[in-house]
Amino acid sequence: MQLQLDAEALYRQLHQAVTPWVHQGAAVVGIWSGGAWLAQRLQSDWGGPQVAGVISSTLHRDDYAERGLASGAGHTELPFAIDGRDVVLIDDVLYTGRTIRAVINELFDFGRPRSVSLAVLVDRGGRQLPIEATFAAARVSLPPSQRLSLDRDGQGRFTFVVEEQA
Amino acid sequence: MLMKRNPQLNAHGEIIHLLSIEGLPRDVLTQILDTASTFVSVNDREVKKVPLLRGKSVFNLFFENSTRTRTTFEIAAKRLSADVLNLDIARSSTAKGESLLDTVANLSAMHADMFVVRHSESGAPYLIAQHCAPHVHVVNAGDGRHAHPTQGLLDMYTIRHYKPRFQDLTVAIVGDIVHSRVARSDIHALTTLGVPEIRAVGPKTLVPGDLRDMGVRVCHDMAEGIRDADVIITLRLQNERMSGALLPSAAEFAKSWGLTPEKMALARPDAIVMHPGPINRGVEIDSRVADGKQSVILPQVTFGIAVRMAVMSIIAGNTA
Amino acid sequence: MNILIRGARLIDPASGMDQVGDMAVADGLIVGLGSVPHGFEANRVIEAAGCVAAPGLIDLCARLREPGYEHEGFLESELLAAAAGGVTSLVCPPDTDPPLDEPGLVEMLKARARKLERCRLFPLGALTRGLQGQGLTEMAELTEAGCVGFSQAEEPLVDTAVLLRAMQYAATYGYTVWLRPQDKWLGRGVAASGPVATRLGLSTVSVAAETVSLHTTFELMRMTGARVHVCRLSSAAGVELIRKAKAEGLAVTADVSINSLHLTDADIGFFNADMRLTPVLRQQRDREALRAGLMDGTVDALVSDHLPVGADEKQLPFAEATAGATGVELLLSLALKWGEAAQLPLANVLSVLTSRPAAVLGEALGGLSRSAGRLVLGGVADVCLFDPQASWAVEPAALCSQGKHTPFSFAHGGTRMPARVQATLVAGAIAFERQ
Repeated sequence: MQLQLDAEALYRQLHQAVTPWVHQGAAVVGIWSGGAWLAQRLQSDWGGPQVAGVISSTLHRDDYAERGLASGAGHTELPFAIDGRDVVLIDDVLYTGRTIRAVINELFDFGRPRSVSLAVLVDRGGRQLPIEATFAAARVSLPPSQRLSLDRDGQGRFTFVVEEQA
Repeated sequence: MLMKRNPQLNAHGEIIHLLSIEGLPRDVLTQILDTASTFVSVNDREVKKVPLLRGKSVFNLFFENSTRTRTTFEIAAKRLSADVLNLDIARSSTAKGESLLDTVANLSAMHADMFVVRHSESGAPYLIAQHCAPHVHVVNAGDGRHAHPTQGLLDMYTIRHYKPRFQDLTVAIVGDIVHSRVARSDIHALTTLGVPEIRAVGPKTLVPGDLRDMGVRVCHDMAEGIRDADVIITLRLQNERMSGALLPSAAEFAKSWGLTPEKMALARPDAIVMHPGPINRGVEIDSRVADGKQSVILPQVTFGIAVRMAVMSIIAGNTA
Repeated sequence: MNILIRGARLIDPASGMDQVGDMAVADGLIVGLGSVPHGFEANRVIEAAGCVAAPGLIDLCARLREPGYEHEGFLESELLAAAAGGVTSLVCPPDTDPPLDEPGLVEMLKARARKLERCRLFPLGALTRGLQGQGLTEMAELTEAGCVGFSQAEEPLVDTAVLLRAMQYAATYGYTVWLRPQDKWLGRGVAASGPVATRLGLSTVSVAAETVSLHTTFELMRMTGARVHVCRLSSAAGVELIRKAKAEGLAVTADVSINSLHLTDADIGFFNADMRLTPVLRQQRDREALRAGLMDGTVDALVSDHLPVGADEKQLPFAEATAGATGVELLLSLALKWGEAAQLPLANVLSVLTSRPAAVLGEALGGLSRSAGRLVLGGVADVCLFDPQASWAVEPAALCSQGKHTPFSFAHGGTRMPARVQATLVAGAIAFERQ
């Protein structure tokens, strides 16, 4: 059975869910790389003051011993203060929860947020840590051998890519 | 057993020891510089620590004294959450005649994960890397005249920060190059990164013609060496050079080769001035230049911590 | 014991003999060469079809570390190593502990070696007392005790006035002075000047260290008429100076080591301490000149420059490691390797290990000089029997020498050695036989 996910449609649902939180003062932080694209698109759709940043899990990942330091990973750039702020993490796919754990550690190196929520396009289950999304536009189930990720074309349109892994 | 393969790289071409810049592919150098910029931003945060080396023991083995270099390695390792041990070898068992390899074997038995080594003999870190256990990594903090790779890397980081295009640059290295491990590492790095004009500047006793074999232009005239340079790296003049009949006096050296504001006028107006430290004010560099607008000597030190964090975290993550 | 070597290819470079035949040995002498004398009864027959029987090799430089390391049994192991290498006569330099500047020491050393019956030992006496470069030694007494020449080993004699007197004194008696062509101060580095040492940051020895020393030596030879043997050339410039000196008629001979004949500074690689040698390894151009010099006779002999260094002397940073390598067991193979590359007839190759070193020693060998380095009917039965078709990989652990450090180990270079010694006879007795 082929998986049919309309990334653009899911993005519109994400936009609809997150916009009220931002109007109440929250900041949005996209997890590199898929989440960062989503955060950029949200920021450009909203216009106005900068409320979106980018965060990378590289420095706090738990698989450093097996895989070494990831090269080509993005940098964390948070153009606003974290202390006392409500922060919404944005990502494309929520799976084991390990990336979210690393990102929360990285976030806390910058300050102490008032709250942290998580909004994703797709929750594919398979959690290995007690982590949940505050909002997920879609829930699907995929075998562990398949990798689901967001892609962005030259015009900035989103699509989902499913890859069979060895 | 000595291998023909560069002992710094594993079978996949990943770096497991940092012994010398010579023999490192360009993309490994670039990876280190790019990773260093992540750590520069970490050093600007409130929380300057990341957990990458948590639980690992880094032993600083300094057979040659250097509080400055040892301190920057210590800071870098601690910011990676490693446990750091400083071994003052001069006062320890080696002074009682214990061989280099016996010292290393004893320390390995204490579960060291990484050795940061400074030694007065060229090649000593290679000997250590050859004989330590497979999971142990070696970082060369300076061996004899041969190499000081982390200094070379932080010098490249500094240059890239102020002058992003290596392929457009003219770099002059001035002073006691024949005895300098910093100069050798800088020359290898500049060459690998594609700098088209590298000049070695100084008197014949300190800058012999042999240096051409390393791909540099040898200049025995200061004006010729400095003219239109984008980057000037000055090197420390050591007292031994006078007693070794290589130079008559520091004063005469300063007159011909010391970097003064007048000589700086020959370089490009936006040229940067670098020095690995510690500086001899009034000898190889005039205070007005060392403290002037074009000097990036202090930023070099800051970048040095980030570069060393990058080196240690990349190396520790690769297996032999 | 009467020994018959049957069916070997008999090669004597001095006479040009190269034929398959038998050799009969009795009472320490060759009594049949090519054919067996009537009525000869062998106690022992060595089937040697396919093997070469050559004169026992003469190695003009090998160190045995005795006197000095008697408690470690070096004399026993290193003379066995020599025999395993087909060497039947060996010259050792005087830098023992204590140095060979007393006739008693020389006599004792010779006596100990003689008892072992592995290899003939010809020591060089110290040119100056204690090798200190000031007072002369009793050269006549030392010669009577068995010295074949006088040397400063690796201690350059810097006081040119003393060197002049020493050469004058030696010339009085016709003794040969053996000198290492290395200026004391210019020779202080650990690697050859050149791109490799520049990159590796190692202190250097320029070619001038060798040429300056040679010029001084030749000037003093012109003044004194002394005979000099130059030990271990390393450079093209050095070879050229020897060539000119010989053309001029100076009484000079020279040798080159197996290390300089085969290796260059590039072999240092990543600070490999097995390449820490003296003289330093130079560049390709120099190696080519040394090879050409050995071929055309400018360089008279090939030596092993054997030194059984221990692991603790090598497992050190390059500049701190002891210079030297084990080599006496590789001498024949490395000569043949050179010969193959130069496409030389086997007899020519063997001459650099037999007749030519014998000529360097000349009258110093006394009665032996008639047949040393040669296969002569009625001469001494010093024979090296080897299989030229065999090839072997150098496994340091398997060497007879206590020195396990060699730049030619298979693990390093991946190259195999040609030729394997099957048996060595010294004075008609079997000093070594491969199982």
